[in-house]
Amino acid sequence: MEIEVLEGIFDANEIIAKENRALLDRSGTFMVNLMSSPGAGKTSFILKTLEGVEGEFSCAVIEGDIAGKVDSERIAEIGVQAIQINTGGSCHLEARQVNTALGRLDLGGVDLVVVENVGNLVCPAEFRLGEDLKVMILSVAEGHDKPLKYPLMFSESHVMIVNKTDLIPHTDFDLELLKETVRKMNPSVEIFEVSCRTGEGISAWCGWLKDRVRGTRAETKN
Amino acid sequence: MHELSVVESMMAVVLKHAERNRARKVNRINLVLGEMSTVMEDPVKFYFDFVSRDTIAAGAELSFRRTELIARCEDCGHEWKVQEYDFTCPECGGTNTEIVSGREFQVESIEIN
Repeated sequence: MEIEVLEGIFDANEIIAKENRALLDRSGTFMVNLMSSPGAGKTSFILKTLEGVEGEFSCAVIEGDIAGKVDSERIAEIGVQAIQINTGGSCHLEARQVNTALGRLDLGGVDLVVVENVGNLVCPAEFRLGEDLKVMILSVAEGHDKPLKYPLMFSESHVMIVNKTDLIPHTDFDLELLKETVRKMNPSVEIFEVSCRTGEGISAWCGWLKDRVRGTRAETKN
Repeated sequence: MHELSVVESMMAVVLKHAERNRARKVNRINLVLGEMSTVMEDPVKFYFDFVSRDTIAAGAELSFRRTELIARCEDCGHEWKVQEYDFTCPECGGTNTEIVSGREFQVESIEIN
């Protein structure tokens, strides 16, 4: 006997992602899901971003790593609350893990949550966490040919950050070709070029992000 | 490679529907896998053998129906098969596009007795 099922295998994750969304909406908290391959500069980028929005927003960071707490210690050093999730070998964060981490935060007092996903350009793109923005980083050292190799990540992200732009003069990295390819795959993508090392481009990104976070707060007050 | 957790989620869906229909055995699982999904057939089959062990789905055959990446232009309504992940509408040049198929990973049906 054949039984019709028609159920998506990621549906369970989608349901919890929606619960996270509702939780964040109630407190007017904005959440960023930050994804990249290992070593693209996620933690440095978060530190620069926290510095850039300091004074206006109260922030928290959820750190997803396979093991260890090196990243959350770096965040805690600057006085920002950081919650570590160890995925125990799993290559991506799922909505339920973020749900547990959100439960440990006093969301009423938090304007911006940045989730640092596990370093991986493949799997995190499949799992919605309930975020407002999916932000991905591609660093110059990885090469401009990555979008067609990892299409889901590049087409799902709302924002692409090109990091380590200070390295461009030393490489064959073709920034214009990268942008052209990604805009075809993802016409509404916002692209920011930054160097966490020199600080170049960070203020443009932070300015844009602040506008988005302010928008969320204004909606909750109304 | 997240196929282990994906297969666990898949098994939860399969067993829920099997139990609901009082199945004694699941013989076949018919899956739909989109061209753009990051999930791969071979690791799914590999982990399925582990995860289904000692369940009524042990030994079930896995069948994959692949769907092509199809987009629809929200401006002119044109639907087309996307090549090289270029989501620009080939008819009107519009960029306001929706994915119609090719993203899914779904249990379409199960065959039980």
